[in-house]
Amino acid sequence: MVNSADDSGLLAGSKSGAAYPATFKRPPMFIQRAWLRWVLWTLALVWFVLAISTIEVNWTRVAEGLDRGWRFVKGFLTPDFISRWKDIYAGLVESLTMTFTSTVTGVLLSVPVGIGAARNVAPRFIYYVCRSIVAVSRSLQEIIIAILFVAMFGFGPFAGYLTLSFATIGFLAKLLAEDIEDIDESQTEAIRATGASWLQLINYAVQPQVMPRLIGLSLYRLDINFRESAVIGIVGAGGIGATLNTAIDRYEFDSAGAILLIIILIVMLAEYSSGFVRKWVQ
Amino acid sequence: MNNEATPLWQHRSNRMRLLLWVGWLILVALFLFCWQVMTRDTIWAFVSDAPRQAADLGGRMFPPRWSYIEKLWIPLWDTLNIATLGTLLGILFAIPVAFLAASNTTPSRLFVRPVALFIIVASRSINSLIWALLLVSIIGPGLLAGIVAIGLRSIGFVAKLLYEAIEETDVMQIEAVTATGASRAQILNYAIVPQILPAFYGISVFRWDINIRESTILGLVGAGGIGVQLQASLNTLAWPQVTMIFVVILGTVVVSEWVSARVRHAII
Repeated sequence: MVNSADDSGLLAGSKSGAAYPATFKRPPMFIQRAWLRWVLWTLALVWFVLAISTIEVNWTRVAEGLDRGWRFVKGFLTPDFISRWKDIYAGLVESLTMTFTSTVTGVLLSVPVGIGAARNVAPRFIYYVCRSIVAVSRSLQEIIIAILFVAMFGFGPFAGYLTLSFATIGFLAKLLAEDIEDIDESQTEAIRATGASWLQLINYAVQPQVMPRLIGLSLYRLDINFRESAVIGIVGAGGIGATLNTAIDRYEFDSAGAILLIIILIVMLAEYSSGFVRKWVQ
Repeated sequence: MNNEATPLWQHRSNRMRLLLWVGWLILVALFLFCWQVMTRDTIWAFVSDAPRQAADLGGRMFPPRWSYIEKLWIPLWDTLNIATLGTLLGILFAIPVAFLAASNTTPSRLFVRPVALFIIVASRSINSLIWALLLVSIIGPGLLAGIVAIGLRSIGFVAKLLYEAIEETDVMQIEAVTATGASRAQILNYAIVPQILPAFYGISVFRWDINIRESTILGLVGAGGIGVQLQASLNTLAWPQVTMIFVVILGTVVVSEWVSARVRHAII
């Protein structure tokens, strides 16, 4: 049976062999209409030429700067941890404490907001309130919030702490809410059938399902907050960013290289250990 | 209801509860310690003054100076160009890095892969604002510094997501193409690229969206775009202009997020 079927297939193939194209041309993956593809490519090319032509580059300044760029590369390869160590240490302590406190505060605040922003466990009115908190927090960038908070609370890590806490709420609450909306409904139903109150429902049906992911996300946010703490110092919100800004302003590229290496090292460490903790939790 | 024979149901074992309790204790202690260290130099008079300051600031910021928008069109065009050209530059470098970092396409797991992974981590851990800070001091203020900064930051992001996509490709298709006697380049072109192309477009558009956000503030350190106007307005304490710039930034971010969501939805 199998053989004969194969044979007939082969025969059919050889009979209509002329119909097969001799070469293979890959079909387009996304835009099937050829004219639309051409129009899009032309528009992209026109934009590209326009965009390039509006960039003014002072090439003599760039050429002068290459020497400085080379010094930065050398500074990065031979970092100087010693001569500015006091400033680096102070900035690092500020950054790390700021990161930790703001992550803890942000997580604590984002749990109620996240539960409120999940459609399946929150009433409609609270849902809209929490969703708008999330939207506001997510659409404003850390640095813009930092500018406002520095103007209100004065320079220093306290403004940075508030900034990072606020940014954490938007990030975590959104992901937590999406996670709660995706939970297994049969478990909620089972707990509800025992006559559990709303709090018990959250504690026994929702919390066990989202906890591993919440821990993972919190660790990820810890990592992000550290990276951001290196940036908001530029506008005066404390942390290692201020030290880095000063080092670059003074053209002390070896100290700047040392700070960047420390940042990279801590981020790598955080990523590695958070992967370890996530494996342990799940 | 409960007598000796039917023990009360407990969520966790005693050992687990003790562990949890110790964990919470450590967390709280660490928090308090960090809080102490962090607020050592905080001047609380400024903090308690904050509501008054906020009200004052709010009074200064509103209403926004709507007429200022005429001066913002060109910086906005620059900002969009920084984000888009920077994304293209980042993608250009990210593709080879991703192929070198993916364990199934890298030429050498022992030597090349760690280097590629280090490039990814270094690029990812340093925010584009810091890259911009460095580049402004190296090649001078202007759009070019912004584009290169965005590009450098994008390499790590795009390469990381792309190499994960490459590692997740279906081995069967690669085997099938290999069986036809294809060369290594042909295997890449016909077995791996078609599999990662949707992910690649998705990642690129996603990064473009993030880059739009980030390029709006690069001007704070002199790397061109609308941030230059923001910095100038902040320095002259022209708060109504600052509000106007915030409105424009917010609008741009919302639109770019919408575009990116639509495109990703269409692709995936």
